[in-house]
Amino acid sequence: MSDATQNHADLAPSTGAKFRQRTLPILIFVAIILAIPMTDPSRTMLTLIHQMAINIVFALAYNMLLGKGGMLSFGHAVYFGLGGYFCMHVMNWIEEGSGIWGSYPTFFLPVMGFVAGGLAAAVIGSFSCRRAGTTFAMISLGVAELVFSGAFMFDSLFGGEQGINGDRMNGPEVFGLSMGPMQDIYWFMAFWTVVGIVAMYAFTRTPLGRLSEATRDNPQRVQFIGYNPTRVRWLVFTISGAFAGLAGGMSAVNYEIFTPEALSLIPSGFVLIMAYVGGITYFAGPIMGAILLTYMSSMMSDFTEAWLLYLGLMFVIIVMYAPRGIAGIVFGFWDGLRGAQSGEFLKRTLIQLAGCLLMLLGLIVLVEVSIRWSNGWGEVFEPYGMHFGHDSILTWIVIVVPIVAGAAILRYLGREKEEMPA
Amino acid sequence: MTAPALSLKNLSKSFGPAQIINDVNLDIAKGERHAIIGPNGAGKSTLFNLISGLYTPTSGTVSLNGTLISGVPPHEINRMGLSRSFQVSNIFANMTVRENVRCGVLHSLGQGYSFWKSVTSSKAVQEKTFEVLEHCALVDKANTPAALLPYADQRALEIAITIAGGANVILLDEPTAGMSHSETDRAVELIRKSSEGKTLVIVEHDMGVIFDLADRISVLVYGEIIASAPPSEIRGDPKVREAYLGDEALPEETA
Amino acid sequence: METIVFALLNGVIYGLLLFMLSSGLTLIFSMMGVLNFAHASFYMLGAYFAFTISGSTTFWIALFVAPVLVGLVGAVVERYGLRKVHANGHVAELLFTFGLAYLIEEIVKIVYGKTAVDYRIPDLLNFPAFTIYGASFPAYRIFMLFIAIGMLIGLWYLLKKTRAGLIIQAALTHPHMVGHLGHNVPLIFMTVFGIGCAMAGLAGVIAGNIFVTDPAMAVQMGPIVFVVVVVGGIGSLEGAFLASLLIGLIQNFAVGINASFAEIFWFTGLSPTSEIGDITISSLAPVMPFLLLVLMLIFRPRGLMGEQEL
Repeated sequence: MSDATQNHADLAPSTGAKFRQRTLPILIFVAIILAIPMTDPSRTMLTLIHQMAINIVFALAYNMLLGKGGMLSFGHAVYFGLGGYFCMHVMNWIEEGSGIWGSYPTFFLPVMGFVAGGLAAAVIGSFSCRRAGTTFAMISLGVAELVFSGAFMFDSLFGGEQGINGDRMNGPEVFGLSMGPMQDIYWFMAFWTVVGIVAMYAFTRTPLGRLSEATRDNPQRVQFIGYNPTRVRWLVFTISGAFAGLAGGMSAVNYEIFTPEALSLIPSGFVLIMAYVGGITYFAGPIMGAILLTYMSSMMSDFTEAWLLYLGLMFVIIVMYAPRGIAGIVFGFWDGLRGAQSGEFLKRTLIQLAGCLLMLLGLIVLVEVSIRWSNGWGEVFEPYGMHFGHDSILTWIVIVVPIVAGAAILRYLGREKEEMPA
Repeated sequence: MTAPALSLKNLSKSFGPAQIINDVNLDIAKGERHAIIGPNGAGKSTLFNLISGLYTPTSGTVSLNGTLISGVPPHEINRMGLSRSFQVSNIFANMTVRENVRCGVLHSLGQGYSFWKSVTSSKAVQEKTFEVLEHCALVDKANTPAALLPYADQRALEIAITIAGGANVILLDEPTAGMSHSETDRAVELIRKSSEGKTLVIVEHDMGVIFDLADRISVLVYGEIIASAPPSEIRGDPKVREAYLGDEALPEETA
Repeated sequence: METIVFALLNGVIYGLLLFMLSSGLTLIFSMMGVLNFAHASFYMLGAYFAFTISGSTTFWIALFVAPVLVGLVGAVVERYGLRKVHANGHVAELLFTFGLAYLIEEIVKIVYGKTAVDYRIPDLLNFPAFTIYGASFPAYRIFMLFIAIGMLIGLWYLLKKTRAGLIIQAALTHPHMVGHLGHNVPLIFMTVFGIGCAMAGLAGVIAGNIFVTDPAMAVQMGPIVFVVVVVGGIGSLEGAFLASLLIGLIQNFAVGINASFAEIFWFTGLSPTSEIGDITISSLAPVMPFLLLVLMLIFRPRGLMGEQEL
């Protein structure tokens, strides 16, 4: 062996670093998955976890496009939905036992979703990927509207308003799972989530994965290293669509129904928000975003009707003040703690947090009071036995004072930072 | 006689009414180091864009080793063995130096658009990447994000990506622009070393670099080549002196 | 015969309405590089503001005040929101406006409720303008036509005859040179964004009462306006104008055609009871713009009047 081979190995991260950065997080994730059933989770809890699993795979697939490929899509639910719809049909074919389908295990339905989502993305991407940047974004929106409206014209394929339903408890069993009870579905979800995460992480390490980042950063230069940026985009789009279809397949098995709503702009927007809020520059970002937002959407919609407003607010604030998302905040906090001036950093962060919480407090009271006032049913916002009527001065003091105080604190901190020598 | 490495025939390019390149004829032999000089706005970058496929000529043709390449998309021209650098650093800013070079290496080693194997699985890719890094003296900065490199190193990386694919015709667009004297010397050495046994076409403002490196110089003025000869003759050509060297001081170190 | 006349009139009116939105979007995009996802939300705000103002005063005051208010909201959004994310690039700006569209819709739901509000045509214009072959054409639509043409002339005047217009025109053809002009670029950006939003607001004022003024009107209009901009060719006002009229006419003519695929493609032996044979042209009207978009992308990716992408 020459010197060069000795040396090129030195440039790569050490085995220890590789283990810490790549293998360890996956092992921890798997350990958590194995531990969850031991806590004997309730049905509600399981339902929530299954939705999280679907969203994790979907958000990661989406981030293949947005984070790694620099392609902003407003219509990625199309591939999720088409993948899911195809799985519903396969599920019904399995039940009828028609042809070879009779011996196809339901457990492997997401593979069919993967194929269908990938095919749909390959066809649609063949023209939509001709343009990049904001034009691509506009096109994705138009295509999504077309598919969504078109779905209502073909009832035999999409089932109209009612959608298509099926029964997952048919076909041969694998791994001893009848696919009936929630616990069986848990293992199904766990399996496909891990497969999805590992496969999508592996993708970032392939030549195409690297080229996708190169195309995001500098499409012109990519041409001069011998690659066609349009082709790179199309391939990435296809693979991303396939993984979205995989998530659709998971959803088909979980809910045993798909309606055209799944193709609409609403889930497309939600996956964008999940990935972005989680942090598109980190591989783990969309996973965090999916877990957090799935939790919020199921819990907060019980507490407040304005949950979509809070979601929008959170998104706008992240875009404006924390473009690296939750993952950026978490990792930034971690780095700050391990940095040289960790005491100073911690103090700053706590004051900042206090400022944010104050503003949030005022904002929540404002929104909750307004919403009840606007509904006009005479309902009053009464958290913890307090009474906030829209006609009482006290209410407006509770709204204005924290917002102003919080804003003042944040502004003061911002100023101080500017004055500090770099 | 084999076909020239690069051959431009009656090449013209206009943007609307503005004729930027006007009936350029130029043959560059294999193994030649050819410099293109000319005042600002003469159309040097446009000429590079025409050769490398970024622009389609309004009329005329470009041939690479005897094959017609005008109208062929840039990535295919690149695969046929022509590579270029840019005047403004045009690197993959969010990647490390090593990843930048590795991207440049991929296609020449048959990695294609593959997504079924790891980028680290090919030993050839790793070795070639290291070789290029070593060649450009970037080994100790291999894991630095490209955006954080000092300017001179970014220019070196620009050259590294350009030569990584092993092209035998190399176009360099002002590789030493904005560099200090010592940095320029280092860059010239790198260019000399990288272009051994290859055809080099270079656009440059630094006359020292040009007269040092080039076997032949073409002078481009208002989109036309007014002279094309070895350095010694160019220096004495009255037409060149009048059009270019005469009315402008030797533009050393203009950015 | 009256179907054709009415489809033509309605198509032109709807087309001009689309242009009121798409021209603002194009101006903002060409000047600032910002694709304003919330553009249709400003259209919605226009309708709601007009509803409130005309409720306490008259429609005629709303016609002038509501667009100005919408323009001011737009300027504030640019000054305190968009400018902050500008440094993070165009995708970040697009994401910001995407979030903004979300917020505006939710705030409208809270303030005005989730169902449609009763925003009506002013009594003064609530009569048939003319009658042909026994069918009458409402005067309000003629009024819309005049407003739209008036705005068109106003825009043309602004672009061709004023100094600001010259700068905007220069920026349309040479997007990178505005920065070198030494003009107060942030102020120009804020103004252009405000004017674009005000135009969308005006469209909302005159359209909200013949269509429906509800929180979904932005989501319905938004994608169509995007289609107009892509089909016309990004950054081209002429293209946006042509595409607006084209889509307006296509949609309105399609609505009037009840023929089904089975009748049109009778020679293929398509059964009228089959799913495809059963589809009528009129049922395709809502998806026409999107079909046009796909066809355009396949056959002419740069749009009607767009520049070739290098």
